[in-house]
Amino acid sequence: MSDQTLRQWLLSDTPTSRRHARMAAFYKGWLSFRGNSMAMVGLGILVLLGLVALFAPLLAPYSPFDQDLANRLKPLGTEGHILGTDSLGRDTLSRLIYGSRITLYIVALVALIAPIAGLLIGTIAGYVGGWTDAVLMRITDIFLAFPRLVLALAFVAALGAGIENAVLAISLTAWPPYARIARAETLTIRSSDFISAIKLQGAGPLRIITKHIWPLCISSLIVRVTLDMAGIILAAAGLGFLGLGAQPPSPEWGAMISEGRRFILDHWWVATMPGLAIFTVSLAFNLLGDGLRDVLDPKDSGQ
Amino acid sequence: MSMLSVENLNVWFGRGHDRVNAVQGASFAVDKGESFGLVGESGSGKSTILKAITGLAPTWDGKITVDGQELTQGRVKSFYKTVQMVFQDPYASLHPRHSVDGVLGETLHLHGFRDIDARVVKLLDDVGLGQKFRFRYPHQLSGGQRQRVAIARALAAEPRILLLDEPTSALDVSVQAEILNLLTDLRAEHGLTYVMVSHDLAVVGHMCGRLAVMKDSRIVEVMDVDSLRARRAEHPYSQELLRNSVGA
Repeated sequence: MSDQTLRQWLLSDTPTSRRHARMAAFYKGWLSFRGNSMAMVGLGILVLLGLVALFAPLLAPYSPFDQDLANRLKPLGTEGHILGTDSLGRDTLSRLIYGSRITLYIVALVALIAPIAGLLIGTIAGYVGGWTDAVLMRITDIFLAFPRLVLALAFVAALGAGIENAVLAISLTAWPPYARIARAETLTIRSSDFISAIKLQGAGPLRIITKHIWPLCISSLIVRVTLDMAGIILAAAGLGFLGLGAQPPSPEWGAMISEGRRFILDHWWVATMPGLAIFTVSLAFNLLGDGLRDVLDPKDSGQ
Repeated sequence: MSMLSVENLNVWFGRGHDRVNAVQGASFAVDKGESFGLVGESGSGKSTILKAITGLAPTWDGKITVDGQELTQGRVKSFYKTVQMVFQDPYASLHPRHSVDGVLGETLHLHGFRDIDARVVKLLDDVGLGQKFRFRYPHQLSGGQRQRVAIARALAAEPRILLLDEPTSALDVSVQAEILNLLTDLRAEHGLTYVMVSHDLAVVGHMCGRLAVMKDSRIVEVMDVDSLRARRAEHPYSQELLRNSVGA
């Protein structure tokens, strides 16, 4: 099949099978996503981040842990250390490259745990209502009422220090807003005619929640997740700063900032370079989130 | 032997001081194959009667009998194979993320059919939508096309009673006629029994054999269409309705 006919096949107005229709919808979604240049920039940055994390040992000029006290706090553009060195003479570029792995790890874990937990709790509370709603939402309120970092601190103190436990603690404190959003959306959806209509076909609550309510909640959750990513990376860094997250000498970006904080007046680049890295990745997530929302909402696309 | 009978039906919402009696003491019977209209102004409780029959309004008492079987408070799955409903607003009654194929396929799956592909094709033909609409999403369809999909969904279970909740009031006048003709054809073809809610006397006069006039949550009069056409209403409210509809 030549390129042109494949394209025509994918853009066909009258798909011939379920698979064809799905692939056509996917291709049209990709086309509209590709048309959004800012979202493509975001996607590009994140793909780059993924590649850098994957090939870190090949890309990094030095080991992220090798100390060289004779070469400490070198400025940007020093020979052999393009982004300078930190207070122990470690190459900042190499640490940033290896740190991308940790950043991706944090992002992936939190993005898996918090929104899914929030979606489950929020949609169940919103759909079932009554006592279930009251109990679940009061639990959510309790979690919301705690200052986030303090609650995370308590969890880490109980579970032990380390990046995994820090991520788990952040996830446990991050789900309540998702539950709130999902519940609010569910409340508007559950009384609509299309839910009544599927009830009249004998569908049970499980099917209604997973197949009819979730698809409508997910796009707003995805947008919220991508907007929260920056805060999540920073919260992990904050825990690291307090000695409860990433442990030295781990090249976690937030921990690198807090290390560089001591020298910020005389050696600004030590804290600035990881800060720029966090900024770039957060921006990429935001751009991607915006683009995804446009694609995920068929009302706005595909006309 | 009536297909659907309602005796002394009361439906209410809320409790205590907030209790609203939406339907009070409604009684009527619909014969097999008949088309029965419920007429009244908005808020008179006509849609609520349909909701009570389908189980969407859970707080009711009285006696509802479908095909000789008296309904209890809950609804069993087999009930939905006998009674189906078409909603008023086709823009709200279709899931925005489900394609036509998804909507019909899921409905057929829920009713336990196995030959889903063939049945989806047949349903689309039945309601006068071509195969090219099969994989479209609701936002790619016009109002009339959406209502045809909603009718196809209601027919998927092969019901014997179809409850129509103002099925054309959200549509353009020209499309209204198409949908009404489609409903007339389907009734003849499948031997369906209709209960149709409307505030439009002309629509009810066209579609129904008998009708009940509702006012303030009560049925004030049951008459047949011939007396409607001859303007022989007995209750003063029915006479007023008739006058208004002629004047309009």
